[in-house]
Amino acid sequence: MAFYDGLFNAFGLKEWCGEAASSAPMSMAELLAKSSGKETKGEFFPFPSLDNLNESCPGIIQSRDVTKGIENGFLAAKPGLKAVLDPITQPLSWLLDGALWLFATTPWFIMVPILVLVSWFASRSKQVTSFVFASIMMMGLVDHYDVAMQTLSIIFVCTTISVLFGVPVGIAMSKSDRLQKSVVPFLDLLQTLPTFVYLIPLIFLFSVTESKLYGIAIILYAIVPVIRLTDLGIRLVDKDVIEAADAFGMNDHQKLMRVQLPLALPNIMAGVNQTIMMSLAMVVIASLVSAPGLGVNVLRGIRNLELGVGIVAGIGIVLLAVILDRVSKAALKRVDMTDVKH
Amino acid sequence: MVEPMVRMRGLYKIFGARGKDVLHHVQGGMGKEELLARHGHVLGLNNINVDMQAGEITVVMGLSGSGKSTLIRHLNRLIEPTVGEIVVQGEDVMGLSENGLRKARQEKMSMVFQKFALLPHKTILKNAGMPLSVRGHDEATCDKEATKWLDRVGLSGYENHYPAQLSGGMQQRVGIARALTANTDIMLMDEAFSALDPLIRTDMQNLLLELQKELHKTIIFITHDLDEALKLADHLVILKDGAVVQQGEPQGILLNPCDPYIEDFVSDINRARVLRVRSVMSAVSEADIAGEVDADKSLEDLITLSDGDTNHIYRVTDNGETVGQIDMKDLVRALVPRASSSASAAR
Repeated sequence: MAFYDGLFNAFGLKEWCGEAASSAPMSMAELLAKSSGKETKGEFFPFPSLDNLNESCPGIIQSRDVTKGIENGFLAAKPGLKAVLDPITQPLSWLLDGALWLFATTPWFIMVPILVLVSWFASRSKQVTSFVFASIMMMGLVDHYDVAMQTLSIIFVCTTISVLFGVPVGIAMSKSDRLQKSVVPFLDLLQTLPTFVYLIPLIFLFSVTESKLYGIAIILYAIVPVIRLTDLGIRLVDKDVIEAADAFGMNDHQKLMRVQLPLALPNIMAGVNQTIMMSLAMVVIASLVSAPGLGVNVLRGIRNLELGVGIVAGIGIVLLAVILDRVSKAALKRVDMTDVKH
Repeated sequence: MVEPMVRMRGLYKIFGARGKDVLHHVQGGMGKEELLARHGHVLGLNNINVDMQAGEITVVMGLSGSGKSTLIRHLNRLIEPTVGEIVVQGEDVMGLSENGLRKARQEKMSMVFQKFALLPHKTILKNAGMPLSVRGHDEATCDKEATKWLDRVGLSGYENHYPAQLSGGMQQRVGIARALTANTDIMLMDEAFSALDPLIRTDMQNLLLELQKELHKTIIFITHDLDEALKLADHLVILKDGAVVQQGEPQGILLNPCDPYIEDFVSDINRARVLRVRSVMSAVSEADIAGEVDADKSLEDLITLSDGDTNHIYRVTDNGETVGQIDMKDLVRALVPRASSSASAAR
């Protein structure tokens, strides 16, 4: 007899509960216990969990029905979701495929100078630029140029999209306390949800062969810092300067473009830097769902226990991370005008 | 009586969620502390009635928390009054639409801030030209006007520097140049010189007076420093706890303070330097005249002239015409603040 029988009897719910459908063992533990000839002995005072209550009253659902229900609910909603999300997110696939194609087909002797030039114009620092050049050449030397370019192209697309969507959301949040209050929990969720958990519903929604699957996962994960820091940056703009802008009769648009965004730019750039770093982190995990690039080699290292392959790819990721970080930080330093020296 | 440039009538400001609901307590005579304790609202301004004349420097003076910064922000409605009337150049500011208000801020009044409030990412030239570019003027016009006024405040050659590269005094010159570029009749100066060190502050006061001699703006100047107030003011308004305690011509306030609060205030200053011969002189009568003195000279100047001898009487002239005479004994009496003189008379 189960522990909670008395409880249900006391409330006269015996009728409502009904008879147990079967007395077949429900869990592996019970099965094992049964086969070894021992009767499962209930705890002295078991937690009133669904499973324990179910033992006394079959009318109550079991815990596995909850997970089952979530799954069924999701599957039921899937056609509708898919019909809406598929067309909306289709351009993401095109962008990712296009960028992959572009980065792969551009010959290295054109691509490398372009990357070096970009880092020069972003950072204006000889040190950073030469470091970028050396790192790319080093990756090329061990035949990791192609995979590195794949990773880079995915980061390029995802970061661009994150900034395009994140900055306006951040601006809107800075203008409305109510919007900020309602968006922040969602951002917290995106940031704390284990990265693998993103992938589960996405796999159900989209086919694994589509690039947007990992694109969405990366963007959802990486968009958070740029939203947060845009919001914060605009809120931190010196109140006196805002007052001056008002006193000289700026309208909202002028205030945003001439005062708030330029003064928030250092913070926004810090957000972009974080977004780049987080999309790099996610692109490695996304190799589980067919994202190409250095992550694939890391995965191969784990799956096949190819230590060397995994470590070389890992070092490649570190180099890429350092490149992206240094270039974006140098660019950030350049836009911070409050820091001008004599 | 000419129409004043700015007229404020029955202006009240109560900070707090239900300012309008507790207004009648204030109108019924409740003070700042009682309002805060009983109703949790902060009294900002209490029945302000002030006229500011065109071409004059009106100085609003008070200690911190007296509501002077709140007062100046009502002129361009950076702060909305709880109730009251504000008329600028014959136009009711309270009746302005959002666009009308923006236009008034652009074209009628410019502002200079205590903490300068320059745009750190723009050069000095672009900062000074900002009021015009906000109005939509092309870059060449903005730069031309900005260059002109930067030159006028003594900053030519710094056009391409950034604010962070300049000292505080220079940054505030940019602030003044910016306000002048706006070319408005009214200039609001919110403790404009309070953040500067004393020598630079004197420089800036002289610069302002020099500019004013030439431009005849209507300047509303906020300060907590009585010396500065007396130096600049044509019309002095003294605030305490959000209410006007006394207003009028500064020499008059100095000689006839109407409130112990103001007596305290004026007792510490160097009266010989601030008071003018004009304020102390008496009508012409037959006497032994020792010399002539200009009406706008300070008492200090006259003491130097007389070499400290109190037995002389001087003729007072204004543009060569005799307007009165001054007995050195009256001068010495005027140097003693009224509070202590009445105390000694009572004895």
